[in-house]
Amino acid sequence: MHMRRIVGIWLLLSAIGVPLIVYVLGPHLPPGKMSTEAADQTNANTVMTAVIAPIVFLLVVYFAYALVVFRARGDALEDGAPIHGHTPTQTVWLVVTTATVLGLAAWGSYTLIVSAHGAGGGQGPNPIALPANYKSALQVQVIGQQWNWTYRFPGYGSVETAHLELPVDSDVEFHVTSLDVTHSFWAYQLGVKADAVPGVDNIAFVHPRKVGSFSIRCAELCGLWHGHMFQTGDVVSASSFKTWIAAQKQSEAENQRFLPPYAPQYFPEPTRRAG
Amino acid sequence: MIVGVACAAALIAYYIVSYLVIRPPAVAASGQAPRASITLQTVASIGFGPHPDWVSYLVRNAQGNWEHSTVLTVPAHSLVRVTIYQYDTATGLRNPYWGGPRGIVGLMGVNGKPVPTLDPSLASHTFAVPDLGVSVPLKGVASNAKNQCSVAPCTLKEAHNTITFTIRTGKAGTFRWQCFVPCAAGLILGFGGPMQSIGYMDGYLQVVA
Amino acid sequence: MDSAAELRLLAGRRFRGPIGFNLFTAIALGIGGFFLGAYLGGQIAAGKHYLIGTDQNDVGVFMGFLFATIGWFTGLGFFNYPISRVLGRPAALPHEEARGVGRYFRLSTDHKVIGIQYFFGVGAFFFIGGLNAMLIRTELLTPNEKAWPAGQYISLVGLHGTMMIMMTSAFILGPFGNYLVPLMIGARRMAFPRIEALTFWLTPLAGLVLMSAIAWNGFPTGWTGYAPLADQARSGMDAYIWAFLLIGISLCLNGLNLMTTILTQRAPGMTWARLPIFVWGVFSTSILMVLAAPVLMAALLMGMLDRSANTSFYIASGGGSPYLYENLFWFFGHPEVYILALPGFGIVLEILPVFARKPLWGYRLAVAGMFGVTLLSFFVWQHHLFVSGINGGLRPFYMLTTELISIPTGFIFLNAMGTIWRGKIRYTVPMLFALAFFFNFLIGGLSGVFLSDVPSDVTTHGSYFVMAHFHYTIMGGLVFAFFAATYYWLPKMTGVMFNERLAKIHFWTAFVFFNLTFFPLFAAGFLDMPRRVSTYAPSLQTLNDFVSASAFCLGASMLVFVVNLIYSLVFARVPAPQNPWHSRGLEWLVPTPVPVDNFDVVPEITGYPYDYGVEGAPPVARLQPAEA
Repeated sequence: MHMRRIVGIWLLLSAIGVPLIVYVLGPHLPPGKMSTEAADQTNANTVMTAVIAPIVFLLVVYFAYALVVFRARGDALEDGAPIHGHTPTQTVWLVVTTATVLGLAAWGSYTLIVSAHGAGGGQGPNPIALPANYKSALQVQVIGQQWNWTYRFPGYGSVETAHLELPVDSDVEFHVTSLDVTHSFWAYQLGVKADAVPGVDNIAFVHPRKVGSFSIRCAELCGLWHGHMFQTGDVVSASSFKTWIAAQKQSEAENQRFLPPYAPQYFPEPTRRAG
Repeated sequence: MIVGVACAAALIAYYIVSYLVIRPPAVAASGQAPRASITLQTVASIGFGPHPDWVSYLVRNAQGNWEHSTVLTVPAHSLVRVTIYQYDTATGLRNPYWGGPRGIVGLMGVNGKPVPTLDPSLASHTFAVPDLGVSVPLKGVASNAKNQCSVAPCTLKEAHNTITFTIRTGKAGTFRWQCFVPCAAGLILGFGGPMQSIGYMDGYLQVVA
Repeated sequence: MDSAAELRLLAGRRFRGPIGFNLFTAIALGIGGFFLGAYLGGQIAAGKHYLIGTDQNDVGVFMGFLFATIGWFTGLGFFNYPISRVLGRPAALPHEEARGVGRYFRLSTDHKVIGIQYFFGVGAFFFIGGLNAMLIRTELLTPNEKAWPAGQYISLVGLHGTMMIMMTSAFILGPFGNYLVPLMIGARRMAFPRIEALTFWLTPLAGLVLMSAIAWNGFPTGWTGYAPLADQARSGMDAYIWAFLLIGISLCLNGLNLMTTILTQRAPGMTWARLPIFVWGVFSTSILMVLAAPVLMAALLMGMLDRSANTSFYIASGGGSPYLYENLFWFFGHPEVYILALPGFGIVLEILPVFARKPLWGYRLAVAGMFGVTLLSFFVWQHHLFVSGINGGLRPFYMLTTELISIPTGFIFLNAMGTIWRGKIRYTVPMLFALAFFFNFLIGGLSGVFLSDVPSDVTTHGSYFVMAHFHYTIMGGLVFAFFAATYYWLPKMTGVMFNERLAKIHFWTAFVFFNLTFFPLFAAGFLDMPRRVSTYAPSLQTLNDFVSASAFCLGASMLVFVVNLIYSLVFARVPAPQNPWHSRGLEWLVPTPVPVDNFDVVPEITGYPYDYGVEGAPPVARLQPAEA
């Protein structure tokens, strides 16, 4: 009787809540749809929320119901029903939670490796989740340092820039590395996050789908100006990108000859004595 | 006992809060919008205060005295002429990209001569305001130069380079500025101590309307 | 004289007054020791090439902390007993007195004194950590640094995080583990009373050492202490390393002591099936502490060598790897968060049956849940490193193990659901806190699912989402369990009842403002706000101001608790009955205040602790067994 009411309320709430989450809240969940990877993450966030919501509803409804219905009335000390356990309930609970968890893990692994190509996360120097056209991807090296980001384009004479522009509708392969301490390259709207670790070439893929600007922040505490390692990047049309990179090559020509040859990672002097 | 606990709590609160409010005094640029100027110097070791060995910036205040501060106040929507007397020797940039001056109006002048870009290995410090796109390398004094300055504030009689450039300020706000040369002697990767301390190689550029 | 009695004599009348072996001597000798050690260390390291041009000598600082530690323990009298034994003199100390406030400021080997010492010692540092949180939220009222400059802000974040993690590790096991475990298992003392005293006195020393970091402008790394940023930092980092080392030793020894006590000191008849669930929680936690803390100490020792002896364990350009630190730290760090959570599970499952007047539902399932968490927690640490570039191919494995951990955690929820079902629930303050624990932990645990799935973790990693998540589990979980335990057991521990009206005000404000503070932070994380930043997008200012306002109210709510504590303990002093909650627990069968020896004779355990409403259930124990 009690149980039926609880299940009824729960089913009602879930039947209203889950479609609301999927169709109303889901499209607004971060990080948006600016890139394939971002869309995958939005998707993952939507699915997570939709799976979690019924669990929250069940527990909240159960507790709220039980706490009201089974409250002690009056001051006399009374004992409740001496139930020590109920094996079928325990078994069902175990089976359901295990199935949910295994399902989530399998689905997460599938999306990570197969459908989302690493989901924009840093995969280290030997990525296993590769987009189909990764060989023709635009290579962009992201160099973190205290406290700014710079970018090198090995396909364009290894030109280095302080601003990031990416062509729309093409695969981009980020090589994230650091010159000093650990940073984390977070291009929010693109759905990219990869730690910049000294001596490591951390690879992440992204496929921008919309023209617009995105914010770049550092997501790993890196010292005094960690909170200020903020930039704005742009996704532009393929032709604008060509124009921009050509202009960069020209304006950087003077400085370019001082740059070290392009390398997957740099080992700056381990100096303790400097200056 | 309650009094004791209250006293201990007050002492701890005082200990934490008194540490929190330490910040160098703000020094204003001379001149009014739309034109102002500010003069800085960099020294290899400040020579006084709690960290006499630390490399540091100093700024000239309205009275013409050198003040140990890195909190600078400049007018908004103005051209700010910056003059830096550079007394430190070269360390070299970790990321040679910052050898090219960026975000300034025209070229930077080194000892009166316009210079389009600097060999990064000659850089001693940089003056960089990343949020305004400004980054200017400061050429170091030759390591065998005579009459090097040992204790701040240094005077123009001692070996130095004079770097001049102009930046354009936009709307009001507070921006961080810093040095990108790993110039903190003795500290791992050259980026500890003074490189992470406001008042030495980091500061705030307060753009006020 | 048996050894137990002999041990209790340790901190006796001989060293009375302000001069003698007590806290004040310890502080004085600690400070003196620091300067002596710093001087000696400075002499050792003077002239080393890598120190030229800096004004920091980490060898000196570490030597200073070493000597300060020795001075601290000398001042407390830890060496008196070994020295007199070495000299061949039997330690004939007077019998420890049961009364007087002074005993709390001295070395004591009575587990009840140590429990109270832990309660106030750890509580004091908890409030300092809370003050830091208020200062952090003050800064975050504005999108740019206004209140405090960037360096101080980052130090505050580090001090808050480290203080809270260090202190909350002992938040439940310290006061309640030490006080209650012997009482609950029918023992007259812990297995190693002097080690027990050592684990406590390490804790305030660690807190003081950590606070000394302010003298070097703090440290910039947050509580995680990631190298090579830690190698680069000023000497405040040495304070972090030393403080965390002391806590590591304390955790390890405390775990060993509790584990041995539970294994060897149980009264006759205290079978595993009769063990109170809180003791199971302590037992599983002690396994984690013994196995995880040494890994932390190894990581910190390598950091110490990097900083003082010019090694390069964590410096890529010197042949080391920052990943080494990250792996070692999180191999400790993830079990550490279960060190925080598991005793909380024990507390709430201990309290629910008492106020639902029902047996604990699914006792064996609860034990299995706790041990499942213990086991799995050693296999999940790389979920902190999903985007770090370590072992990209292993991410599905860590995704699986991380999500598996929600199965044993789910058992705990099922236990709670079964226990309240068809009960006679009484809403006392401890019960309210225990129920709030489940609400907060539900939100905290399920938000963790976002972090366990790699695609959604790429969005949320390193953002305020993570910050909200672990505050829900630690603050909403552990701290609420702590308050539940406080209101439940302090009548036994102190002999006075709390003012219930203030306690209820405390609960409702804490619960409401806790959720108002931390729930919006999930949104902040989703909206591109990284952790530990002093600046954020101006569009997030309204959200952050709301959070700050709630946080200040949450802080005020904690002050209500302090007022209640002082009012009840000092002014009102309403004497507590022996068993105010009508609990079946063995700890409630002994008189209040608890006698020095706990039990006149070792009791005989005759029943189960949660048999509420069971017809003809025997009492849980006979305090005067027939054969005695």
